[in-house]
Amino acid sequence: MNGSWILSGILALPLIGALFILLLPGDSEPTKRNARWIALFATLITFVLSLVAWSRFDPTQPGFQLVEERDWFSHAILYKLGVDGISMPFVLLTAFLMPICIVASWTPIQTRVKEYMITFLIMETLMVGVFVALDLVLFYLFFEGGLIPMFIIIGVWGHGNRVYAAFKFFLYTFTGSVLMLLAIMAMYWTAGTTDITVLLKTHFPANMQTWLWLGFFASFAVKMPMWPVHTWLPDAHVEAPTAGSVMLAAILLKMGGYGFIRFSLPMFPDASLYFTPLIFALSVIAIIYTSLVALAQESMKKLIAYSSVAHMGFVTMGIFAANTQGLQGAVYQMVSHGLISGALFLCVGVVYDRMHTYDIAAYGGLVQRMPLYAVAFMVFTLGNVGLPGTTGFIGEFLTLIGTFQINNWVAFLATFGIILSACYALYLYRRIIFGVIEKPSLMGITDLTGREIATLLPLGLLMLFYGVHPQPIIDASAASIDQIVEGFQHAVAATKTAGL
Amino acid sequence: MHATAISLPVVLPETVLAGGTLALVLYGALRGERGSNLINEIAVGLLGLVLILTVAKNRPMGVTFYGSFADDAFTRFMGAVTLVGSLVTLLLSVEFMRQERVGGFEFPVLILISTLGMLMLIAANDFIALYLGFELMSLALYVIAAYRRHDVRATEAGLKYFVLGALSSGMMLYGISLVYGYSGSVLFSAVANAVHDHASIGVLFGLVFVLAGLAFKISAVPFHMWTPDVYEGAPTPVTTFFASAPKIAAMAVLVRVAMTAFPGIAHDWRQILTFVSIASMALGAFAAIGQRNFKRLMAYSSIGHMGYALVGLAAGTVEGAQSVILYMAIYVVMTLGTFAAILSMRRSGRAVETMADLAGLGRTDPAMAFFLAVMMFSLAGVPPLAGFFAKFYVFAAAIKAGLYGLSVIGVLASCVAAYYYLRIVKLVYFDEPAPAFDRPGPVARIVLALSALMILLFVFAPSPITNAAMAAAQSLF
Repeated sequence: MNGSWILSGILALPLIGALFILLLPGDSEPTKRNARWIALFATLITFVLSLVAWSRFDPTQPGFQLVEERDWFSHAILYKLGVDGISMPFVLLTAFLMPICIVASWTPIQTRVKEYMITFLIMETLMVGVFVALDLVLFYLFFEGGLIPMFIIIGVWGHGNRVYAAFKFFLYTFTGSVLMLLAIMAMYWTAGTTDITVLLKTHFPANMQTWLWLGFFASFAVKMPMWPVHTWLPDAHVEAPTAGSVMLAAILLKMGGYGFIRFSLPMFPDASLYFTPLIFALSVIAIIYTSLVALAQESMKKLIAYSSVAHMGFVTMGIFAANTQGLQGAVYQMVSHGLISGALFLCVGVVYDRMHTYDIAAYGGLVQRMPLYAVAFMVFTLGNVGLPGTTGFIGEFLTLIGTFQINNWVAFLATFGIILSACYALYLYRRIIFGVIEKPSLMGITDLTGREIATLLPLGLLMLFYGVHPQPIIDASAASIDQIVEGFQHAVAATKTAGL
Repeated sequence: MHATAISLPVVLPETVLAGGTLALVLYGALRGERGSNLINEIAVGLLGLVLILTVAKNRPMGVTFYGSFADDAFTRFMGAVTLVGSLVTLLLSVEFMRQERVGGFEFPVLILISTLGMLMLIAANDFIALYLGFELMSLALYVIAAYRRHDVRATEAGLKYFVLGALSSGMMLYGISLVYGYSGSVLFSAVANAVHDHASIGVLFGLVFVLAGLAFKISAVPFHMWTPDVYEGAPTPVTTFFASAPKIAAMAVLVRVAMTAFPGIAHDWRQILTFVSIASMALGAFAAIGQRNFKRLMAYSSIGHMGYALVGLAAGTVEGAQSVILYMAIYVVMTLGTFAAILSMRRSGRAVETMADLAGLGRTDPAMAFFLAVMMFSLAGVPPLAGFFAKFYVFAAAIKAGLYGLSVIGVLASCVAAYYYLRIVKLVYFDEPAPAFDRPGPVARIVLALSALMILLFVFAPSPITNAAMAAAQSLF
């Protein structure tokens, strides 16, 4: 079974699409239309190719599959790609969401369409690259390279205070990441390679692990984002165009969690154990504090942004519980949040396109004019709350089970997050959807169009399908997660015996 | 490699350049202004020829002129980079001089003389040759800085540069005399043997003065005062020249002196370089934030970049030398590209150079905007652009040498610096358009496009350059 070109293909396809769009002449209406169609086709073919990758992927194998390897920097740094049970769901999620983002931008984006589509396609390559890179430097390249298109997306097609938001996003993430870069270099000189598969087997001295862990933590905590370095997220979300918010929430935030699972836990087990209380504390603060902050928001997008921070708190908590349920819950929660928060931002985009405001106070009683919208928004709100039957429930439940085995109090406190999420999400829903229409401007508002239904429907179906039938995702990642958990417990046990 | 008394094949590029330059001076003196176009063209061709001779593989390497001139992989790599800098500057200046109606055959000739000095400086293997090359380069540079003698700002810049430059070269000469007095030789290798791993106080003083003189030329803090004024005051092609070729040459000789004349006392010069490096990176990052003039901004940016390059040198290892070499090669491409963009900033026949003039370039000239944005992201060190790998190599070398504090300060400074590079991207893409620029000349556009493509595509085939830099670094050890 030779699938060694598939991952490179997934990386190259969006770029080829971008190249075609670049060659379109001028800025006329037909050019805009062609640019949209090319982008849609490129992302759809990429999605199909990612499905091919999935079909070739054997979930019972814990190791990396579909591996390809080429020399890159004078035999020191490799171009090495591969997927395992942890990265496969994220590759699929990214490839799945991209066509939806393109469709969601179909009519709202009318200025500089060509550039917009090119930027999004480049973004896709870089995001998929983060999940399939098997060389640390290559990983860093994709991880950081994504800043450029996102900076442009927020700054050019954003609203209001977009410049401030773009700078804040870029500088926060950049500053976090450079410290990780130094840690990568230190690992290179210790292990003699940046090949992730080799580094996963390398044992770093305990005191060095602490520093390396902190370097990676600086980067992933900002990306995640964890309290207290989350403040870039609400700004970036509010000012970004709808599809940009979807990508931020659904995929970019997952890079931090993915990084913790891929690097911090298996490569620095001693340090991970040492810092677990810190992570738990920050996670609980994130869950409770940002939920309360969400409750007080007056902008729909900000509210959802803060709820993302809270939900990511469950993810970090689950990861550092470092047992099977915790990690599986973390992966599940990330995939689920990718679907739900993506859909919620699309829902917010729907009314923004009609009314051009995110103010909750500007809405009310939409159910009378937009029944379909009310249903869709309800479904995703309940998913966000974590109602059983949606993916949101399974992710939160598993992370809580995992954490409960390690630390009852943390799990106990985190459970309040579920209650609070019901508070802010339903409160938001009531203020926007229910009541009577008081504002005259809302009288003429129209219900979902076919295009908007096309973006929301797949997300809703997947959310409900995997909500009642979670086994496929759990099975896909089970072998890889077991390997990480075993490795972690083995390393911790070894350190304990050495300490005695 | 063997040392010979006198071997002309080894110094062929320098000989050709010297002979050609003298011929051009004669021709210019006879023909006057009428010959300047032809002289420009011949000068470009001459530099191209010398570049080819420098990188030609079948020419013998060796140390010659009684050990004072070393032609090795390092000389050739840095010489080639320097020549590219001079060549592109000359190409850009032809267009600029025509637009600004500045005539005179002296300009290309001065560039050639200065370049000759740089080549000698890079190949210098003893302190006398170093000083000769240094002065030949500098004297021509003083004149070039004040080339537009009726322009008040240009003459001020030239005078400032001359006074400070003369001071620094005096200091350097004094340092050389101390090193000679206390070690008994001017040959780098002999000095290294005499000093071994313990520097007497006299050698130490000499070392400090020599480093100060070279730090002046690469405009590292605290010898940077001239840079913003000269960058802003001099005509843009001159600024391009100052930002590229002389810095390569001075950095090259700094590397060679540190690695071959004082390898035993690395712990001594490492302290100095660490301080200079941190100060340069910090000043480059913070002082640039408030700038409005693009050229002045680039002055602070270049101060910062010299700081990063010195991080690699401070490591004092072969990886460190490789990283500096690589850094300078990538730096020169970024610099030439950015200045080509600045040269393209002309409105109704006049050059404009404030950053606000770039507003909305993304709409009025998408191609130029894209290339400029590539340059800015690369200067900021964002992957996957070449500027990132330049920084990657220097910090990797520093981490290997255990310079953790320096590395952390360095990368944090690069985050601060990212702010002002991003500000240009913001002006270009996020802001409402200012009136469009005039149609830029073909040369500036080609230079900008080529350098942007090199920066952009470096990631796909980096090995030839990194390998060449490694070979160059190894020839010093």
